[in-house]
Amino acid sequence: MPKLIIDAQEITVEDGLTILEAARQFAIDIPTICWHPATTANGLCRMCVVEIDGMRLLQPSCVVKAADGMKVQTKSERVNRARKTILEMLASSVDLADSPEIQGLMSEYSASPDRFPAAHRREVEVKDDNPMYIRDYAKCVLCWRCVQVCADDAQYTYAINFSGRGFETQIGTFFDIPMPATSCVFCGQCVGVCPTGALKPKREFLLEQGVAPEQIVVMNSGRKSKAKSQKS
Amino acid sequence: MSEIDLTPLREILPIYALQGRSGLLPALHAAQKHYGWLPQPVAAEVAQALQVPLADVHGVIEFYSLFYNQPVGKRIIRICTDAACALKGADHILSGLCARHGIQPNQTALDGATTIESSPCLGLCDHAPAALVNNEAETNFDPSQNSWEPGRPASKIYRLSSFLTSNCGKGRAATLAEYGDYPAYHRTLTMTPESVIAEVKAAGLVGRGGAAFPTGIKWEGAAKADRFPKYLVCNADESEPGTFKDRVLLLDDPHCVIEGMCIAAHAIGAQKGYIYLRGEYPYILPGLENALAEAREAGYLGEKFDIEIRLGAGAYICGEETALFESIEGKRGYPRIKPPFPTTNGLFNQPTVINNVETLCNVPLIIAKGPSAYRQIGTEKSPGPKLFCVSGDVARPGVYEVPFGVTLRELLRMANGDPTDPLADSSLENHIQAILFGGAAGAFATSAHLDVKLTFEDLRAAGLPLGSGVVMVFNQSRDLRQTLAVLGKFFAHESCGKCYPCQMGTQRQAEILERIAEGKRKAGDLDRLQDIGWTMTDASLCGLGQTAASAVLSALKLGLIKI
Ligand SMILES: Cc1cc2nc3c(=O)[nH]c(=O)nc-3n(C[C@H](O)[C@H](O)[C@H](O)COP(=O)(O)O)c2cc1C
Ligand code: SF4
Ligand code: SF4
Ligand code: FES
Ligand code: FES
Repeated sequence: MPKLIIDAQEITVEDGLTILEAARQFAIDIPTICWHPATTANGLCRMCVVEIDGMRLLQPSCVVKAADGMKVQTKSERVNRARKTILEMLASSVDLADSPEIQGLMSEYSASPDRFPAAHRREVEVKDDNPMYIRDYAKCVLCWRCVQVCADDAQYTYAINFSGRGFETQIGTFFDIPMPATSCVFCGQCVGVCPTGALKPKREFLLEQGVAPEQIVVMNSGRKSKAKSQKS
Repeated sequence: MSEIDLTPLREILPIYALQGRSGLLPALHAAQKHYGWLPQPVAAEVAQALQVPLADVHGVIEFYSLFYNQPVGKRIIRICTDAACALKGADHILSGLCARHGIQPNQTALDGATTIESSPCLGLCDHAPAALVNNEAETNFDPSQNSWEPGRPASKIYRLSSFLTSNCGKGRAATLAEYGDYPAYHRTLTMTPESVIAEVKAAGLVGRGGAAFPTGIKWEGAAKADRFPKYLVCNADESEPGTFKDRVLLLDDPHCVIEGMCIAAHAIGAQKGYIYLRGEYPYILPGLENALAEAREAGYLGEKFDIEIRLGAGAYICGEETALFESIEGKRGYPRIKPPFPTTNGLFNQPTVINNVETLCNVPLIIAKGPSAYRQIGTEKSPGPKLFCVSGDVARPGVYEVPFGVTLRELLRMANGDPTDPLADSSLENHIQAILFGGAAGAFATSAHLDVKLTFEDLRAAGLPLGSGVVMVFNQSRDLRQTLAVLGKFFAHESCGKCYPCQMGTQRQAEILERIAEGKRKAGDLDRLQDIGWTMTDASLCGLGQTAASAVLSALKLGLIKI
């Protein structure tokens, strides 16, 4: 059972826990964006970074295991600078209007949404090609959760993957074909894990667009709209 | 699209299908060779034959710059606009050529015959301004004709020592007969793997790919792992801007790296080796294939250990070892979280040793000479010979083989040693504004650093990374803001996009550097560069992001850019 120090608090935890899990057991709060209990941790958002004595660089607490004798700081100056900058860059890149959790982090870290002026944003049109959900990738933070649950973390359907690279990365289908033309089985798992409203139930989307609820029942009754989108 | 004839594709796919998903990049290369690009039905056919999900195949095509899912010209002209070529007017050449074809960069001319692209460093910086037209290197640019000479790029080699490059510079690959019958390999066959590793350790060899990790310790890690099969990978991705030494070694003396691989395989117990060659070096393939065939015929390669060449497809990140494994496995080149490390969980999750070309070329030398004789070369803490890639504002750009321990001044004297050049020798201080050390991922030095000894320890003390041996010189007349903008663009183009600090940081950094270069700096930009830079350095997932601000931060610290 490793014994470690997190923010001056000495704790003992079970073997095999990550620093994040260990910290949470003791109500030490570490922010996360990409981490989700249902998906394999990829350590990619880097919001959960912490400073560990003896390590040159910040470490992602969602993947690094708690080890005996570790001294961890979850709130140092370096940690805060990284988190604040990541949040500011995120706000300059995507639409966070439907991400209340990330907005909460923004105010917690005094991150300014206007920190990066004249920044190229990932702006794309809403993809409305199936009766189940819409895809609004201008809101996508590239947490990879949807791709993971569609693949080996849950559904083994492999309907979605990535297009582009670097900043221009986007979640997408084979040659951008509409969802109904893919192997998608409309299980809705991706919608369930999406943290930003980039994937949203069609009904919720339509209500937000001001469509009356009684109309939605008609539009959402399967067949017809599916056939329509296949043609497009 | 239905008029695409898939029959020829169906004939070639079964060979690649044998390798399953790992055959994906080779299959896509083969398909693209046939069709010129990768139309949807072709990609679907490949996916089906290799049993890879459609979306994944598309994701792979999208990741690699050299794969096209839209029609391109029969002739693709890739003009390097990276740091060294930018100094030689690459932007001007690019815009001129585009104007002649009536297109913008990265477009295809209306007749569909020609595509013109701006390219990251092509590993031809000694020939700047350079280009790649289909599979041919283009060098010796003639400004009066606005054209290059296609063909084998000349190796420009200058030496203070002649251990690694003794067979280089013939204008063709050394044959097996010229190279010799792998004497060092024969010697290792009489040795236990442990004693081979002990000699490599005793020689003090450290990796030449950038990370300077002790080679013997790496080999020992994989040798001790008790899972089989084990793999040996030669990293020939050489994409660090300013680096071209591996190109010269592979073109001129392929048997040296193959012998090094045979010895390494014996030491760690690998049966299969890969050479991952960057996609922009297609002209190296035939000679390398030929050398492998010679080695097979002579019995050095075969059942016990054999080597397959894998061609990359345009992604700097695939030089990062774990991204390179992903690429061989047929995936997007995303770096993995470490640990676990390659020696226990590498290619196909098996124990793997990955070494740089130059590292492997040191191995036959160590085994043939013995570690103590090897240690006579170089300094005590940095034994051996080293190749430096000198480019930029020097009279003689090229590969310089020197023993560790010469000073930067000595190296640059050699590089400016043309007696007719007024800048030679004593006026180095007046000539040099800055030196980019270690590549785009490196740091700037100034003439104040000229007397630093080129060893790992002295450079570390001076805060300069040796990296892949890049020494790129900028003279007093250069506007380094332009150079920083070029470096910024490089990282934004090459970030894989997996982790947030680098995915967004390289983009934001490039935008700010570009406006600084244009003289349109906004208030607060220097603070922004610092915050982005330190966040990338401190919090990125892999070495790319961790070094993507290194040159910029060093330039700011040295006061090299006046804003
Ligand atoms: C972004 C990035 C690119 C790299 N590119 C190369 C490369 O082109 N060639 C290379 O040998 N090593 C490259 N490396 C270093 C490799 O990850 C690895 O350390 C090296 O191949 C190990 O070989 P060595 O120990 O012989 O140096 C790169 C690393 C990073 C982070
Ligand atoms: S669509 Fe949602 S779940 Fe998928 S990567 Fe984007 S933010 Fe994450
Ligand atoms: S640092 Fe950059 S290249 Fe490396 S994983 Fe992160 S985004 Fe990809
Ligand atoms: S939560 Fe750890 S990197 Fe995203
Ligand atoms: S080939 Fe142009 S910079 Fe290297």
